[in-house]
Amino acid sequence: MSEFVITGKAFPLEGSDGALVSGIDTDMIFHNRWLHITRLEEMGQHALGNLQGYEDFPERVEPGMWVVAGRNFGAGSSRQQAVDCFKALGCVGVIAVSVAPIYLRNAINAGLPIAQVPALEGEVQAGDELTLDMEVSTLTIARSGAVLPAEPPVSSVQREILAAGGLLRVAHE
Amino acid sequence: MGATIIEKIVAARVGRPVAAGEVVWLPQDIVTARDFGGASVVKNFQDAYGEDAEVFDPERIRFTFDCNAPANTVGYATNQQLCRRFARKHGIRVHDVDAGIGSHLLIEQGLALPGRTAIGTDSHYNILGAVGALGQGMGDIDVAFAFRNGQVWFEVPPTVRVNVNATLAPNASAKDLTLAVVKHFGSDGLLGKAAEFYGDVIEQLDLPGRITLASMGTEMSALVCFIPPNGAVLDWLGRRSGSAPEGIAADADAVYAEEVTLELGEIEPMIACPYSPDNVHAVREVAAGNVRVDTGFIGSCTNGRAEDYAAAFAQLEGGHVAEGVTLKLVPATREVFAAMLYSGLLEKLFNVGALVHNQGCGGCAAGQVGMTGAGEVQVSTSNRNFRGKQGAGQTYLASPATVAASVRAGRIAVPEEAS
Repeated sequence: MSEFVITGKAFPLEGSDGALVSGIDTDMIFHNRWLHITRLEEMGQHALGNLQGYEDFPERVEPGMWVVAGRNFGAGSSRQQAVDCFKALGCVGVIAVSVAPIYLRNAINAGLPIAQVPALEGEVQAGDELTLDMEVSTLTIARSGAVLPAEPPVSSVQREILAAGGLLRVAHE
Repeated sequence: MGATIIEKIVAARVGRPVAAGEVVWLPQDIVTARDFGGASVVKNFQDAYGEDAEVFDPERIRFTFDCNAPANTVGYATNQQLCRRFARKHGIRVHDVDAGIGSHLLIEQGLALPGRTAIGTDSHYNILGAVGALGQGMGDIDVAFAFRNGQVWFEVPPTVRVNVNATLAPNASAKDLTLAVVKHFGSDGLLGKAAEFYGDVIEQLDLPGRITLASMGTEMSALVCFIPPNGAVLDWLGRRSGSAPEGIAADADAVYAEEVTLELGEIEPMIACPYSPDNVHAVREVAAGNVRVDTGFIGSCTNGRAEDYAAAFAQLEGGHVAEGVTLKLVPATREVFAAMLYSGLLEKLFNVGALVHNQGCGGCAAGQVGMTGAGEVQVSTSNRNFRGKQGAGQTYLASPATVAASVRAGRIAVPEEAS
């Protein structure tokens, strides 16, 4: 199987209304009081520590899970820790209805698969097996068989950086 | 086919025409790291390229310690010292904890000029759109890569042309205009896009006002908001840079992804209520709810210029910050602090009850100045009021005049007409 086809179980971040939470900003993901932390191993314990209802996310999430969210995931600051904290917990990546631009490139640069799937709302249940095919830019939900497009399509840069193992391993003249 | 501003900037840098959607390696005129992110930039750089690797050009790299200034924990102090050691080894200039907000330093020092490119570990680096420069906030991996290579990958975004038809009420300012625009677009209305702003009310903004508007592009998830520099801005930049900078403008036949005309009428003072910058209402309506205020904050990259403090003082003159209420001031830079000091504005603000802190990012950054406790109500000129960002309390975002009027009244209040 291609290294650009990634499968994992869904960990949807849902509000009390059952809808995917939108506008999860970087202070909810990795609060600014922890910004002195530079070691990846220390970051996981603070993931989503300021998102109401998900303060215990690090205990509940399992390696191999997708973080699934609503619109404008990762709005706010440029802190890389907001990406790295999910890597530290072994998450396979992030699927959201839309992703804030700095967060999107931080995830790509860190080699963490990420995709924006506009039709995501209402399609994903906790534990669903989700497969992101970054070659054709689709997300497949095994339970329902739904195949949803990632829009805009996963960029060639993301595949190049992922194949290299992160931006800092990309050879550059 | 004509080019938008961002297409022109990128084309000039890569040496060929580009269109939205293309991915390029974009050379940077200046690459910076602040104390947040800086230590990770250094570690990433050394891990990826080796302890003895050279940076691409020490003259075009800066460290700017603006978040934790001066450090209030050993962790931040250690991170800053790690950056200083790296800087000394490589001959990189450090704007240390006494300098102020890095993005503002680039403008003050004439380093950010129309058409230039800059990145920094600061999500409000797109503030440089206020002078027609392409500033981008990036994470510490991008910045480490750029320390080595002088460039970053960049997908040329689509551009939205925004025409603003509005006037400012006599008691309204650039911040009120900005909040009205954020209200229109919402927190993701410009997601991943560049925007260009036009209209008489935009043209008439002074440089601090342009900084205010450009800074909150991030709160609409824009990559950058450009305000084409007018003659006054170019003159100012010329004095700062010792050059005669050319302006930047889109081609008349530029292709936009979208063209939006905002009919905003006469803009009155606006305020963003907890917990989102796009939860915007008229101050008049919020004031009717008799909202008690515990503290005010005037500063940040959005409203930390001398003009902002003058506007605040106009509301406090002849009065005082209310009993049981505090007002915290954090000038953006040492230059702003000096201007306030020598003009006497600092003394006047002190005498009406303000608590004056040293320059920097202040309240926006990990509580360097004033976290809020549970139940505490803060009115702030900053750009974000997300739940928990500045403590356990509630933060409202407003203009310097509204903050000053509110701390004087002890409740959220509509500012008086500026005299």
